[in-house]
Amino acid sequence: MLTEFGRVLIFFIIGAVFVAGGLVTAWLIRPNRPYPSKLTTYECGEVPIGDTRVRFNIRFYVIALIFLIFDVEVVFLFPWALVYSQLGWFAFVEMVIFIVILFVGYAYVWRKGDLDWDRPAPKIPTFEKGVGVREDHLLEEQVVGS
Amino acid sequence: MDLFDIVFYCFALIAVGSAVVVVFSRNIMYAAFALLFAFFGIAGLYVLLQADFLAVTQILIYIGGILVLMLFGVMLTNRVVDVDIKTGTLQIVPAAILAAVVGGSLSGVFYSTWSTVSGTPSDVATTTPAIGEMLMTSYILPFEIASIILLVALIGAAMIARRKT
Repeated sequence: MLTEFGRVLIFFIIGAVFVAGGLVTAWLIRPNRPYPSKLTTYECGEVPIGDTRVRFNIRFYVIALIFLIFDVEVVFLFPWALVYSQLGWFAFVEMVIFIVILFVGYAYVWRKGDLDWDRPAPKIPTFEKGVGVREDHLLEEQVVGS
Repeated sequence: MDLFDIVFYCFALIAVGSAVVVVFSRNIMYAAFALLFAFFGIAGLYVLLQADFLAVTQILIYIGGILVLMLFGVMLTNRVVDVDIKTGTLQIVPAAILAAVVGGSLSGVFYSTWSTVSGTPSDVATTTPAIGEMLMTSYILPFEIASIILLVALIGAAMIARRKT
């Protein structure tokens, strides 16, 4: 009666009940004494600044795009792996052709630097000879700042 | 109404309810996450139709790949909350024609295969080895062409998304 996916469904249900049960139990037995600093967004030892939703780097998007293509490739690999032992060399050669064609694309994005994670170069402070700190300038800033 | 029906209606409710949230949510982040549950509900429906390979593919590609891509797309946008999404009725005539064509072909498939479908799921057999055998024997050319299409998509996507220097 119980199919393989039926077992998966039972796992899903147990997982959902586990999470919901934990939250509901905590909600039932915990004392409710809120104060402002308890209600702020938790950030380890810091006062949270700004919005939680920051803009992501476009790099993530490119990597996700490339990942998606190879994700589709994996979908083709699964049925092949199941019949490989019956079909033998023929299926092996077919899959090698399939992968080599996609490997061309992989080599392309690698060569073109789409996989590189270019971080901005660190700015190393340098000292120039003969350029000192002018103290009157510093004093001026202090006056403006205060 | 047996257990099968109950599970079916649960998954249908998840899929349709999440799809409604996707359409009507003012926060596109919530819409993207609701899309996750819509995809999950569809995957559950595939399982109930005994299309196990399709169900796993749905989870692997739509939830694991496309949804992640969409979330990155959402995170790349400036405004996430309270976006003025256009939901007015624009392009009524093309929309009606497209809806009629899609709906007509779907119901055509539905009615032409209706008599061949038995009422209850007969035997529980995994479809993945059969798909693999078909791919490796009868459908070699589409299989290899799929590889070339993926290559074209990869190179095209990389070229378009590359940061202009």
